[in-house]
Amino acid sequence: MRGDRSGNAMATTHTKSLARAMMAPAVIVLLIWMIVPLAMTLYFSTLNYTLYNPFSTPFVGFENYSYFLADPTFLAALVNTLVLVLGVLAITVIGGILIALLLDQDFYGVNIVRLLVIAPFFVMPTVAALVWKNMMMNPVYGVLGQLLQAVGLAPIDWMTDVPLLSIVIIVAWQWLPFATLILLTALQSLSMDQKEAAEMDGAKALSIFWYITLPHMSRAITVVILIQTIFLLSIYAEILVTTQGGPGSQSTNITYLVAQQATSYGDIGAASAGGIVAVILANIVAIFLVRLIGKNLDA
Amino acid sequence: MARNVTTGRKIGTTILAWFVGLVIFFPILWTFLTSFKTELQAISIPPVFVGFDWTLENYATIQTQSNYFHFMANSIYLSLGSTALGLIFAIPAAWAMAFSPTKRTKDILLWMLSTKMLPAVGVLIPVYLMFIKFGLLDSRLGLIVVLFLINLPIIVWMLYTYFKEIPGEILEAARMDGAGLRKEITQVLAPMAVPGIASTILLNVILSWNEAFWTLNLTTSNAAPLTAFIASFSSPQGNFYAKLSAASMLAIAPILIVGWFSQKQLVRGLTFGAVK
Repeated sequence: MRGDRSGNAMATTHTKSLARAMMAPAVIVLLIWMIVPLAMTLYFSTLNYTLYNPFSTPFVGFENYSYFLADPTFLAALVNTLVLVLGVLAITVIGGILIALLLDQDFYGVNIVRLLVIAPFFVMPTVAALVWKNMMMNPVYGVLGQLLQAVGLAPIDWMTDVPLLSIVIIVAWQWLPFATLILLTALQSLSMDQKEAAEMDGAKALSIFWYITLPHMSRAITVVILIQTIFLLSIYAEILVTTQGGPGSQSTNITYLVAQQATSYGDIGAASAGGIVAVILANIVAIFLVRLIGKNLDA
Repeated sequence: MARNVTTGRKIGTTILAWFVGLVIFFPILWTFLTSFKTELQAISIPPVFVGFDWTLENYATIQTQSNYFHFMANSIYLSLGSTALGLIFAIPAAWAMAFSPTKRTKDILLWMLSTKMLPAVGVLIPVYLMFIKFGLLDSRLGLIVVLFLINLPIIVWMLYTYFKEIPGEILEAARMDGAGLRKEITQVLAPMAVPGIASTILLNVILSWNEAFWTLNLTTSNAAPLTAFIASFSSPQGNFYAKLSAASMLAIAPILIVGWFSQKQLVRGLTFGAVK
């Protein structure tokens, strides 16, 4: 398919400098977007800088970091962030594999069911969170509460009693379609011959899944985990419109905590230190993802 | 597998799959139904499914009470504006990477990808302060620029994966036939590039429409899109389920339809070509 483009006559000095000129605008704006605000965040994180007194911003070194990291809310937010990411990953990856296997079968209305399953991914975060909070999880009028009562159980006040679990459920609902769609795409590229050969050898469905299907999907699973982690570390809107991080800090994650430091408390210094901490956490994941994608790239 | 499947098993699978599909879809279905109820019917116990007096009242109310179309218009401006800006910067870049790759192309692509992984909260504060300083807070222009920048890496990547599939030989053939540069672009390349560009536009409109970190933090009312408008329902006053449902349906319907048409492209765009 692909011709050898770099080696032929096209790659003259002229086309090379033209190519560079074509890339330059995109590269330059992204470079500015990445470096300038990040450098400013880094700089602010070393200042005693509040919005209430923006004209006196003395240098304080690492004080903001020690303040931010020593704040018990930070530890709670770090734990909540991990619970949120791991909880959603567990539900979406396991659920996604099972639903992808189901959708890969032959049944009536397969295209319609696929549309139904994918739909939540297109629902904007604020709508998803408010619909779940009010119409599903409201203890009196919510559908879940009425279901529980119908089977004789006491309804749960989701947002007060299990705030973090509630957010995990809402976010998992939003991301389950993404995992399903990608795993289904991977599943459908599995060659029939392999499965049929195994079937003829008398392999059971479970061992076909374990020894053939799952290894085949492993790369897609890794991609799902890494990409979702990037997005899940930055969950914000779902918390803002449901629990606002509470009660107390029971459902505050790092992103929410940092935004709150800046917009509610006006503490630019501490918020910047928190932002840098968030960048470091995200980078740990990003390094793995970039390597994985780079391996698959034949540029 | 189709050949071994018995009818009985197929019916069993059908029931299970439809059940799973409907459970996942239920919150959207429920919102859809509730949007046509009166506020009283919306909170009736036990809940009513379809046996209620269908009304369009809520759709009318949200416009008269809160000028809904102002927010809708902002969503349209922001998603189309940032997409257009993105294409202007990304098409030449992706084109150059696909047709004149150098040793550094791969590094540049991966570096662009890594900017997407920078958590927004790490740059929120300077952007927020700069917006205040330059009077961009709550302005459409400011938000269009931010949405353009956060989605640019995805646009470049998606276009690159599509452009790379256009065979280079076609260009040479056209050149041998004596086609000029303009003909080469308008008659040979453009028709082959259009499907990829169209898919990229769809995905980028979806992502911008649903973006809810920057739109919530950098707007109050003037430039606020639907994400922010819906967020205003988070402090409820009186009965509001039916109105919330109507507002939600209008906010998600256009993107749901666009999204359903672009499933395949979605996988490609969101996995940066790692899963096709």
